[in-house]
Amino acid sequence: MAEAGNGSGRGEAALVAEGIHKSFGSLEVLKGISVRANDHDVVSILGSSGSGKSTFLRCINLLETPNAGQVFVKGELIRMRDGGSAGLVPEDKKQVERIRAKLAMVFQQFNLWSHMTVLQNVIEAPIHVLKVPKAEATEHGEEVLRRVGMFERKDYYPAHLSGGQQQRAAIARALAMEPEVMLFDEPTSALDPELVGEVLRVMRKLAEEGRTMLVVTHEMGFAREVSDQVMFLHEGLVEEYGPPQEVFGNPKSERFRQFLAGTLK
Amino acid sequence: MDTVIAYLPSILRGTWITIAVALCSILLAVLLGLLGAWGKLAVSKVANIFADAYTTLIRGVPDLVLMLLLFYGGQQLLNDLGDYTGLWGYIEINHFTAGVFTIGFIYGAYMTETFRGAYLAIPSGQIEAGVACGMSPGLVFGRIIWPQLVRYALPSFGNNWLVLLKTTALVSVLGLHELVWESFTAGRSTRQLFSFFFVTLLIYLVLTAISDVGLRWLDRKYSVGVRRA
Repeated sequence: MAEAGNGSGRGEAALVAEGIHKSFGSLEVLKGISVRANDHDVVSILGSSGSGKSTFLRCINLLETPNAGQVFVKGELIRMRDGGSAGLVPEDKKQVERIRAKLAMVFQQFNLWSHMTVLQNVIEAPIHVLKVPKAEATEHGEEVLRRVGMFERKDYYPAHLSGGQQQRAAIARALAMEPEVMLFDEPTSALDPELVGEVLRVMRKLAEEGRTMLVVTHEMGFAREVSDQVMFLHEGLVEEYGPPQEVFGNPKSERFRQFLAGTLK
Repeated sequence: MDTVIAYLPSILRGTWITIAVALCSILLAVLLGLLGAWGKLAVSKVANIFADAYTTLIRGVPDLVLMLLLFYGGQQLLNDLGDYTGLWGYIEINHFTAGVFTIGFIYGAYMTETFRGAYLAIPSGQIEAGVACGMSPGLVFGRIIWPQLVRYALPSFGNNWLVLLKTTALVSVLGLHELVWESFTAGRSTRQLFSFFFVTLLIYLVLTAISDVGLRWLDRKYSVGVRRA
């Protein structure tokens, strides 16, 4: 089990996940994965497809319920109980909703709400989940859209935007929640190569602003240059963990070396 | 023409009944359709079986047969039950209620498929995005699922509405004094069946044309954000 960070208490970390196990039927996808992100940390999660990296991210905000393990957000444990064959089930759905609001997620397929404009997408959850008054949410939403360079397109519907624009709008939607931690699930994997740069630039900017981010990605450059910690998953286990200079400079795991050789070709 | 004008009040009264039956039936059909779609999509096996049995049965039988069965058979069953238990005396089902219930029940099965298909057309990622930012199931339904469900259901809903509106003509068989019954009665007593049914035809055309306008308006309203080819 990889223990991240410098061993300080759970209370100070933005996010701690411990011993996450997840099976789909008889297939064990995650075999006990832990991560710790202090405030302002950027953790990149690497791995070939099928390694369980997306599933791990989805277990953190309970889009998938893990079979075992614990998640703490800002020191608060998401309370779960044993649901028999269903694995763990949340003790308190309201607590899960409250914590999800602190863990904004950016998806591979953007998942913008297609019946709403960009601005409506951005202010939707602040208004209805966080109960921010509409005028205030709009003002904040417009500011967030400026930060990702999407203000001029605020009245467009997602169908009329390029993939890169949609993903920047989706990042703005996540940012508008002022989350404690941002979860990125392969945010550039569905984009045409020439659109990847604009999304990565926004993500770098967020990292520089001190956002706490967990990023599942195939972008080695981003992982190497932006992250504080890099995690490499293989077949549901952590194979390599550490600061990027260490992990990339002197990989201990043969699998990670092969993975790097494969991706850096 | 003069005879038709003389009978106009009763024709219009019949038209009003036709509209009322159609509106009440569509309301019931939508409710049953949502319930049926939920049953088909639910995890519960029991709900699946009930919803499947409902649509299979209803969609496999002629409307008229079901209507006669439910009206006459249902009334008989109710009265036999009343006799047997002694809990209630003779009940006569009101024609209007009978019509609305049978039509609503039949079209609820078609609406079930309409709503089921519409739900499946909503990209699941959009629902997930709602869940991921902390929306409750109610919010996800009201803000994300419902507006898109309406959009995807509208074309098929429109079809069902037009067919339902015309199916109300069958209720005349039960003796409800709607448009067809009034025209038939007037036509027979004046021996001008052709004139009266021609007027009836025109009235149905007007009703469906108005429906078309309304449906198009709804379609525009709920199609925001859809890229037109």
